[in-house]
Amino acid sequence: MTTLTKSSEQPEGREVTELDRVTIRFVGDSGDGMQLAGTQFTKTSAVLGNDISTFPDIPAEIRAPQGSLPGVSGFQVSFSSHDIFTPGDAPDVLVAMNPAALKTNIGDLPRGGILIVNEDEFSETNLKKAAYKDNPLTDGSLSAYRLYKVPITSLTQRALKDTGLTPVQIDRCKNMFALGLTYWMYSRPLDTTIRWVQEKFGKNKAVADANVMAVKAGHAFGETTEMFASHYIVPKAKLKPGLYRNITGNEATALGFITASKLAGRPLFYGSYPITPASDVLHELARLKKFGVRTFQAEDEIAAIGATIGASFGGSLALTGTSGPGLALKSEAIGLAVMVELPLVIMDVQRAGPSTGMPTKTEQADLLQALYGRNGESPVAVVAPATPSDCFNIAIEAFRIAVKYRTPVIFLSDGYLGMGSEPWLVPNVDDLAPIDPDFASDAATFKPYARDPQTGAPPWAIPGTPGLEHRIGGLEKADITGNVSYDPNNHDRMVHLRAEKIERIVQDVPDVEVMGEPGGPLLVLGWGSTYGAITTAVMRAQAQGKKVTSAHLRHLNPLPKNLGEVLRRYDRVLMPEVNLGQLRLIVRGKYLVDAIGLNKVAGRPFTIADIENKITELLG
Amino acid sequence: MVTTDRPENVGGLTRKDFVTDQEVRWCPGCGDYSILAQTQRVMPELGIPRENIVFISGIGCSSRLPYYMNTYGFHSIHGRAPTIASGLKASRPELSVWVVTGDGDAFSIGGNHILHVLRRNVDLQIILHNNEIYGLTKGQYSPTSEFGKRTKSSPYGTIDRPLHPLSVAIGAEATFVARAIDIDAHQLAATLDRAARHRGASFVEVYQNCNIFNDGAFAEFAAKEVRADRTILLEHGKPMIFGKEQNKGLRLNGMTFEVVTIGENGVTEADIMVHDETREDPSVAFLLSRMEGPAFPVPVGVIRAVQRPTYDQLMQQQLDEIARAEGPGDLRELFTEGDTWTVE
Repeated sequence: MTTLTKSSEQPEGREVTELDRVTIRFVGDSGDGMQLAGTQFTKTSAVLGNDISTFPDIPAEIRAPQGSLPGVSGFQVSFSSHDIFTPGDAPDVLVAMNPAALKTNIGDLPRGGILIVNEDEFSETNLKKAAYKDNPLTDGSLSAYRLYKVPITSLTQRALKDTGLTPVQIDRCKNMFALGLTYWMYSRPLDTTIRWVQEKFGKNKAVADANVMAVKAGHAFGETTEMFASHYIVPKAKLKPGLYRNITGNEATALGFITASKLAGRPLFYGSYPITPASDVLHELARLKKFGVRTFQAEDEIAAIGATIGASFGGSLALTGTSGPGLALKSEAIGLAVMVELPLVIMDVQRAGPSTGMPTKTEQADLLQALYGRNGESPVAVVAPATPSDCFNIAIEAFRIAVKYRTPVIFLSDGYLGMGSEPWLVPNVDDLAPIDPDFASDAATFKPYARDPQTGAPPWAIPGTPGLEHRIGGLEKADITGNVSYDPNNHDRMVHLRAEKIERIVQDVPDVEVMGEPGGPLLVLGWGSTYGAITTAVMRAQAQGKKVTSAHLRHLNPLPKNLGEVLRRYDRVLMPEVNLGQLRLIVRGKYLVDAIGLNKVAGRPFTIADIENKITELLG
Repeated sequence: MVTTDRPENVGGLTRKDFVTDQEVRWCPGCGDYSILAQTQRVMPELGIPRENIVFISGIGCSSRLPYYMNTYGFHSIHGRAPTIASGLKASRPELSVWVVTGDGDAFSIGGNHILHVLRRNVDLQIILHNNEIYGLTKGQYSPTSEFGKRTKSSPYGTIDRPLHPLSVAIGAEATFVARAIDIDAHQLAATLDRAARHRGASFVEVYQNCNIFNDGAFAEFAAKEVRADRTILLEHGKPMIFGKEQNKGLRLNGMTFEVVTIGENGVTEADIMVHDETREDPSVAFLLSRMEGPAFPVPVGVIRAVQRPTYDQLMQQQLDEIARAEGPGDLRELFTEGDTWTVE
């Protein structure tokens, strides 16, 4: 939300307005470089000291036909002078590079919002591709917006005409022109982007220079043209002191897993089959081999987890990663890991389902699959990060649990967290507690399925250890010895022992904390990526004097031990989920609390307004 | 011959050291007993400490074998043993990893993994117990059952064409391909020994009689009285001669083999093709892999053994090179990659 705090006249007559938060969405053809423009704007704003939050909106098609509606790619960045938790409900500014981009995004721009269009691209052909009968730039249909028609293509061509580049190469620089213009509008310096361009295209000086010229030309256009009556500043946010960088959820996840490996002193093994939106983690880990990471791009999802189980048997910190359909394929193997009781982390960056669904769109609908999607009584631990940077902490937490309790742990991220970004306060490595693999080594006392009295976990006895030769497998095993057993009482006992082990993890799960009053008329309970929208909505409602509290879960199995007691302190519990009420089913079943659902499965995260409106509806 | 890179050292171990206290639960008379016995016999000869040996299996009668080997063992899920073995070997290259599988496990449910473990050339041994039937599920046809076979699930005869495991292995870039027969204990042991000493993915098909559901499937050529005439033991560098009289041989005629008799029609030993298991080109190995009776002898022994870098070795090498070039990873450096800023 844009809040106007003060205005002032500058000597040259141009007004400068200070805002506390702005959300810009760059949209264009998937070949127009919108992701690049967006990430550059983000970096510059982060370095400038704003709090930021971003979310890309990428089409599933790699290159849909140019100018077509399915080929539209977008990037939204919100930057602010205070703490923010979401990339913004609706953009304040929409930069549309062609008619298709305008058509697919204009519905999100509130009335009075700033609309910058590249008018050069509104040709008859392009209008037709976007299924426009009349040119929206001239038919008055955009009169509700502050429309700026900028001939971005021709201005870029004019600025770069002497560079000696081909027309195609010059056209590729128009995103930089648009970026330069937005830098001027929001008083951002160019140096972060110029430095990046020079590093990125260093080997091709002509291209590097052209990109720099384009961003400068865009900036100069804003400054010299009479078109824009004012420009804006968004002051620095008051963030916790320290060293920051911008990070996406998938990057933070990869870094967390590498850190866990260092903390355990064991190499990280990553078995994976490429799948959107989890592949970034594979790319990131494959790049970071100097940390001793072994990446195994398997022939399929099943092989990916199979190899991971093999690596875990061998004593590695073993990780497999996927998205929903891949988790379905891994089910049987997860059951095997439950049965043999080996440490394993399964990362699921959830996407809209069922089946192939919408690969680039977010959803939280794999929770029940994670909890129950296997044959037999097959409990696993489940954890979920709340924000992009929280992926780092939860990745480490996942391995901490897996290793200590010798169990598969499912790490439930989603496309919104994985692709979204925010500033990350770089942690001090020395502050992180080590993870003890605690391998078995004493042949005299070794029993494959004897259990630790505190955790209920069996020993981790890896090949290569003399005297500990033993056999494990998917058949039911006798308690203590691990020999194959079909004894009915033994099976009953083993099912209970495996379940009890997972329940004991609760001793390491922090109590759930509430934001707001310890009791009252309404608690909003969330998990995973809804954190940002819920927190912001509840803060706003509290600021309006509403008696509402929020709480957020990062551990979904086992749930924090005080959760039932906390829920009962409120008259009503509202549970927003990007699914049809999966955690609500658990909460109602487990605590007999008649929680109310707020459910949206549109491939998009909740907006703050979605939750605010529901709070208003419930509290009046 | 392929070079041996492991010491010939019994290390004081005997066959008995590889026997577990578990009761063997195969049907009496099953060919799996012989495979188990020869595997246990070969182990001490390899000079590998027992704790460094791991047997990994999928599902099926044959996949029970790890329970009976006093080494590390993993009885996993149907068809997936090659994946678990790949992950273990890739992360622990010093281990000796064996995959025990059957025709259904390896070529039906696990078909995909067999292709990929072979093309990657992960340094492990894959022992295929091929009985051309589903035994554990009590007698349905398998992907290696002959066309038209009548079984419980094909009372009117199958309409699926079988595949040739060795041909598939060669097609999947296997570097070591061999065959043995359960009841020929000596040759079976020798083949297992060779497989263990090969660097790379060794694929061994063992014709294994299921005396309950497919009894006599291989008797036509494997029975002792006919074996010499109906099989041919391939030996590297030697002419491909077979028969009780050792007077029959294989001669290449254009793009196919023909069986000739030495001393007839002017054929001499010099006309018989010399077996070269190290031939890079897989064409001859492929012809041998599809050779069937009754017109031809069934080949046994090592068909193909070529040297290529192994997956696990390449992975280690890459890690070592990166560590040398880039130094050990530093978390602080990693965390602060790219643009950072300080908030006072």
